[in-house]
Amino acid sequence: MSNFLFIWRMAWRDSRRSRSRLLLFTSAIVLGIAALVGINGFGDNLARSIDEQARELVGADLVLSASQPFDSTLQTTLRRLGERRSQEVAFASLVQFPKGQGVRLAQVRALTGGFPYYGEWLTEPGSAVAAFREAGPAGQRVALVDDALLAQFAARPGDSIKVGELTFRIVGRVRKTPGQSGFSASVAPTVFIPRELVEQTGLLQRGSRVQYRTYYQFAPGTNVDQLIQPLTARLDQANIDSDTVAERKRQTGRSFTNVTRFLNLVAFVALLLGCVGVASAVSLYVREKVAAVAVLRCLGASGWQAVLIYLLQTALMGLLGAILGAALGTGIQLLLPKVVEGFLPVTVSVAISWSAVAEGIVTGVFVAVLFALLPLLSIRRVSPLRTLRASLEEDTAGPDPLRGVVYGLILLFITGFAYLQTRDWKLALGFAGGLLLTFGVLAGVGEGLRRLVRRYFPSSWSYVWRQGLANLYRPNNQTLLLTVSIGLGVFLLATLYLLQGLLLSQVEISSTGGQPNLVLFDIQSAQREGVTQLVKRNGLPVLQEVPVVTMRLSAINGRSAAELKKDTASGVSKGALGREYRVTYRDSLISSETLEAGRPPFLGSDGIPRVSFDDGFTERLKIKIGDTLTFNVQGAPLVTIVGGTRTVDWSRVQTNFLVVFPNGVLEPAPQFHVLLTRVPDNATLAAVQRELVTNFPNVSAIDLGLILQTLDEILTKISFVIRFMALFSMATGLLVLVSSVVVSRYQRVRESVLLRTLGASRGQILRITLVEYALLGLLAAVAGLGLAVMAAWALGAFVFEVAFVPQIGPLLLLAILTTALTAIIGLLNSRDVLTRPPLEVLRGEVS
Amino acid sequence: MLKVENLTKSYASGGRDLTVLEAVSFELQAQDTFAIVGPSGSGKTTLLGLCAGLDRASAGSVWLNGIQLDDLSEDQRAAVRNEHVGFIFQNFQLLPSLTALENVLVPLELRGVRGGTRTAQELLERVGLGGRGHHYPTQLSGGEQQRVSLARAFANRPKILFADEPTGNLDADTSATVVELLFELNREAGTTLVLVTHDLELAARTQRIVRIKGGSVVSDTVNQESAEIARLSS
Ligand SMILES: Nc1ncnc2c1ncn2[C@@H]1O[C@H](COP(=O)(O)OP(=O)(O)O)[C@@H](O)[C@H]1O
Ligand SMILES: [Mg+2]
Repeated sequence: MSNFLFIWRMAWRDSRRSRSRLLLFTSAIVLGIAALVGINGFGDNLARSIDEQARELVGADLVLSASQPFDSTLQTTLRRLGERRSQEVAFASLVQFPKGQGVRLAQVRALTGGFPYYGEWLTEPGSAVAAFREAGPAGQRVALVDDALLAQFAARPGDSIKVGELTFRIVGRVRKTPGQSGFSASVAPTVFIPRELVEQTGLLQRGSRVQYRTYYQFAPGTNVDQLIQPLTARLDQANIDSDTVAERKRQTGRSFTNVTRFLNLVAFVALLLGCVGVASAVSLYVREKVAAVAVLRCLGASGWQAVLIYLLQTALMGLLGAILGAALGTGIQLLLPKVVEGFLPVTVSVAISWSAVAEGIVTGVFVAVLFALLPLLSIRRVSPLRTLRASLEEDTAGPDPLRGVVYGLILLFITGFAYLQTRDWKLALGFAGGLLLTFGVLAGVGEGLRRLVRRYFPSSWSYVWRQGLANLYRPNNQTLLLTVSIGLGVFLLATLYLLQGLLLSQVEISSTGGQPNLVLFDIQSAQREGVTQLVKRNGLPVLQEVPVVTMRLSAINGRSAAELKKDTASGVSKGALGREYRVTYRDSLISSETLEAGRPPFLGSDGIPRVSFDDGFTERLKIKIGDTLTFNVQGAPLVTIVGGTRTVDWSRVQTNFLVVFPNGVLEPAPQFHVLLTRVPDNATLAAVQRELVTNFPNVSAIDLGLILQTLDEILTKISFVIRFMALFSMATGLLVLVSSVVVSRYQRVRESVLLRTLGASRGQILRITLVEYALLGLLAAVAGLGLAVMAAWALGAFVFEVAFVPQIGPLLLLAILTTALTAIIGLLNSRDVLTRPPLEVLRGEVS
Repeated sequence: MLKVENLTKSYASGGRDLTVLEAVSFELQAQDTFAIVGPSGSGKTTLLGLCAGLDRASAGSVWLNGIQLDDLSEDQRAAVRNEHVGFIFQNFQLLPSLTALENVLVPLELRGVRGGTRTAQELLERVGLGGRGHHYPTQLSGGEQQRVSLARAFANRPKILFADEPTGNLDADTSATVVELLFELNREAGTTLVLVTHDLELAARTQRIVRIKGGSVVSDTVNQESAEIARLSS
């Protein structure tokens, strides 16, 4: 291994005079790895926290729930399932604080038994839980109320609260209930009342949206899945859903991986930018080292030995960068939970994720080596003849097949890594393909510029312009390199920016104009007239009024839902089969809907209703027009035929439905009505709510303004996280720019000094540099931005299915900024040349 | 030691072939000193590069210490150079980020020789730079740099030494010192020396002088006087 010793020593000694430049290359990796480790570590912690806290999320080992009282034939079986159980009836209702006349929509949970069995039910005073549990069987009217609700109306334990027709004494303030996030508590705060008294509130009526639940606690170590296995068929039949801790783990995990996946991609972009930095910094570094390599070759070093010397340097610097990045990323990872804690159902632990750290370090070194290898390979071909002839041209003995291999590896790495980060092959391939295309186009633009300037050289222009332009194509020019690296950086940043706008605009619901902001829910058919009048009496418009019938899907084309659920090959979504459908009926489409195929809902001449489906939903059920669907309308079967599909604009504040029935079928079915209106201010809102709770206590009023506000808070937090991560990409982009330009200085130094020796003025040299770099920066920025707009458009059209409107202002700003920065950094670099005595440079002592 | 047969080198430039070396042949015995002289642009450097295996000929063959170079790969030729060949360049070609001592060490470490530092230090002392080992090339004058380069050239005890205009970048006084050292070290080590120069005075110190012009050998003469001295001193 004596040769290895030689390589080590040479790598160390050779780096001595170039460490500051190598550090620059290191810094390109730092931020990318930091972003990666930060996000992945956070993801790990989130997953672990969900795993650890899933039992507390459920609060029990098993939850059975249904939208109607459990089937009486099941009662004995369910009772035999476990001794420790707890029953709950939950629904939304307006509640009132008699003291201050305050009214608000709340989630009412009528509870008896020992729930929650796991996790801490935090109340003030702490004894309130015990008091509440004892009160129920004794028939005492006591309630526990969420802190958010009490705070809103300045109420305290000891005050009373009116739910339906009963008034309860508040015995405790609820700080935290297992399974409820701060977010859900603020949208619909909860009031807990004894299960024994729920009927007396008068709020349980046919057609109301009520959930019936039974919570079970089993002996430790019980296999719950196995326990309920024999019951599944019967539970299905009775439309009872079961939720176990294991199931909850899966669900919660899944919904959050989507969030972390996008952030992962953002981190990956930061890392890729770093890679571009590595490749361009190393390739300029290599040019500078060619003379030394020629000497080594002359003295008998083999091509690979020479490559290894520099590969070792870059790998070590990569390692250093990766370690620094991992440390920084760990810091971010510890901070992220603080930012998002409000809307996560679990408390994310802040342990250092060693697996993310290790992954980050390995990735950093790998990336440094892989992307450095591309320029380093050319070292193999440096001819020793250069020692005799300094100006020997590049050795172009045909294309290097190894370069092809490295390009292949890079492509493989990008695709593979994108897949690891997103777990979506289509997305990963699109990502890699898009990058490849971008790279090709940018290289084409750079090469095109070089040829164009050479071909149509403006020989009549001033000396400064001619010199600056000539720099673009003369030997040792950096046109191609800088166009590709700066262009790629701008492209990635701009795409990220546009994509972010695209995503945020998708969830932004406009709350302006004549949009409804108050939804009255659970209006019984008999109350319809009265509620409408109440609204009109207050001078409010009835913007929409629709009936809603709940039902379940029992069969598709004669195959039962239970059968289809078991048949995994059918491809029918289990969620779509098992869900409760809330449908309405009318014979036409409304403004938020457009007909896609077939016809609007109509009653066939054969008496079978032709229903209209949401276009996207037909995919999930694998149905098409003409298929027969059997619904179970609260016990009664109803056969329908798919008569048409429509697209629904879900972002509009409307009562939108997946399925719409024609008139003339559902009128006799148990149903409730929804009314949309718009209140001008909070005073009117309070007045309407008060009147509602007195006359129609079961009707719920949802204040959309409040929900929009909460949603807005969440979006602000999410976009903060996204912007924060994008900041890393931006900082890396800047570093790439700096390192490309700084390293390129060594190409220009000699020429500038020669010019100065020949009598060029300071100003002239500065202007020559300005022309060269500003032109390069501008071209790269424009090319990168153009590509980014195309990418964002394609993503909008094919992935997110939203119309893309480019924000010209920010893009223009980015173009100007890139051009200016490139020029400024170029100028700052050459300033150094101007302050040095030319002789020093001519003697070859530049370092 | 070195045998050259019908060596031809041409470059394709501007669509047509430019022959810069045409059918050059000669043979050198071990311990010969040999000068290639000729006007600038006559092909001296080209010839030297071919002899040392730094470049490939268009036609003809080169044998170095009995090894035919023509069919060897670039890496194989590098190994031959490390084993048998030393170099002196007109512009010294020291590695700028290595100290003088480390520069001398390179050929030794490349071979994996142990304890090379002592050998390198001795060589530096031999060229009168014992105290400058830790200096970087930029901290040395041209003459000193060329002396370090001499020490490096002899570090791996080469059988043959190639020197391309070794004094081309030096003033007269410095040149004299370097030339003295070159011939002394050469004699001590018993190395075959191939010297390219347009300095006839320098060439006169070798045993045999080949004159080339326009890529062809115009004369190949044995320098009687110098050969006599060499014979006597050995
Ligand atoms: N790569 C090349 N392409 C074309 N011509 C070359 C190349 N290298 C050297 N020459 C030409 O070969 C001739 C000999 O050059 P050289 O061996 O350097 O001469 P000398 O060392 O005697 O001054 C010169 O005319 C030179 O222009
Ligand atoms: Mg020459």
